[in-house]
Amino acid sequence: MNLPAATIQGVGRTRISLPALAAASLVLVTTALVFVFFVVPNDANQGFSQRIFYFHVSIAITAYACFAGGAWKALRHLWKRDPRADLESYVFVHQGLIFGTLVLLTGSIWAKISWGHWWLWSEDQLVLFLVLYLFYCAYFMLRFSVDPGPQRANLSAVYVLFGLVLIPVSFAAIRLAKQLIHPVVFTLHGPNFGGWILVTYCIAQVAMLVLAYTLYQLELSGKRLDVRLRRLREALA
Amino acid sequence: MNYLADVGALARKDLLLELRARDTLPAMLLFVVSALVVFHFVLPAGSSDLAATGLLWVALLFTALLGLSRAFAAEREQGVIDGLVLAPSDRSAIWLAKSLATLAFLAAAEVVALPLYALFFHHVGGATVLAVALADLGICAVGTFLGAIAVATRARDLILPVLFLPLAIPIVVGAVGASVVASPGRYLGFLALYDLLFAVVCWASFEYVVSE
Repeated sequence: MNLPAATIQGVGRTRISLPALAAASLVLVTTALVFVFFVVPNDANQGFSQRIFYFHVSIAITAYACFAGGAWKALRHLWKRDPRADLESYVFVHQGLIFGTLVLLTGSIWAKISWGHWWLWSEDQLVLFLVLYLFYCAYFMLRFSVDPGPQRANLSAVYVLFGLVLIPVSFAAIRLAKQLIHPVVFTLHGPNFGGWILVTYCIAQVAMLVLAYTLYQLELSGKRLDVRLRRLREALA
Repeated sequence: MNYLADVGALARKDLLLELRARDTLPAMLLFVVSALVVFHFVLPAGSSDLAATGLLWVALLFTALLGLSRAFAAEREQGVIDGLVLAPSDRSAIWLAKSLATLAFLAAAEVVALPLYALFFHHVGGATVLAVALADLGICAVGTFLGAIAVATRARDLILPVLFLPLAIPIVVGAVGASVVASPGRYLGFLALYDLLFAVVCWASFEYVVSE
């Protein structure tokens, strides 16, 4: 029986239990919904539709956080040879892609309502996000066409690290020739809003981050269980 | 200087192989010529020169992709890669040599493609030639690296364009910008920056692609 490897992959590393995380995200997301729909006043220029901002922006930042987490874990895999890092990196990127889909959807809806088009190429941050989205979709193609093992872990990690370079480079590329119409929410002087709007935004942001982390832990524990099950089957066969 | 000798020997091996077998370059040449002919019919009569400039870059990018998908063909089919990894040299030399060889093929294809483009469509300015040179560096550096990743997968030739195109978007932005605007300095600088950044990343991480 070759079980030590299974214990390395053990589930017992989660510091906060999954049900607690799930309850926290439920409470936070509900609070965020209540604030977005009942507490915050209508926007002076855009009216009711501006409320999608609280979700669009917080989901976008969550997606970026997931991609950053994936890159961090990839770095740990290559650098420290952490045996858990490969799976963690994959799950982070997976969550990032799920939230990324939501960013493109909410962004598109907001663009249709405010600017009258479902898609605007002159709109920096949407285009940047689309490039990244394609990049991470390709990551999935890559990962699913290599057999599990150390080589797959290396190739995936290296490709994710490319993403870290691609983000600033495509941002610069897209900025090179364009006019800005995306509302810039954060400037060098801090967020350009205050009061209830800021409070609501912060709640929505925390809610999305906790939700993403919960989903991350959930998927991770499922995937680890899968690995252990396969190891056990192999040991018994 | 041992490192440069390794790179030189590996690049020479690729060029010699191509010289004897003539696998890649004729295909690239024929492809880029046919693509330019197809583009003539793609453009409706009276289209602007700007549209043709954009299509030039489509042709060049896909020609490069054709060459890149063949870059590691010998390594894969004959098991050369195992020998190269075992050789007592730095692994990044494999990437650098392969990039140089692919760059030579791509440049050879472009020596034919650019005059032909000038003949078929409109004249090619100095900024465009400079942009082609800078874009080639980035395309070959990143493309060769991804080619090495792609041969390790089951999908192989299928996966290279999928991996490569998102990373090539900044090259296209810089290259097309440099060929259409009056003062292309910013775009050329951006291309140079792209080349430098990605060359460093590829050089530093290639070891993980070939080793297990």
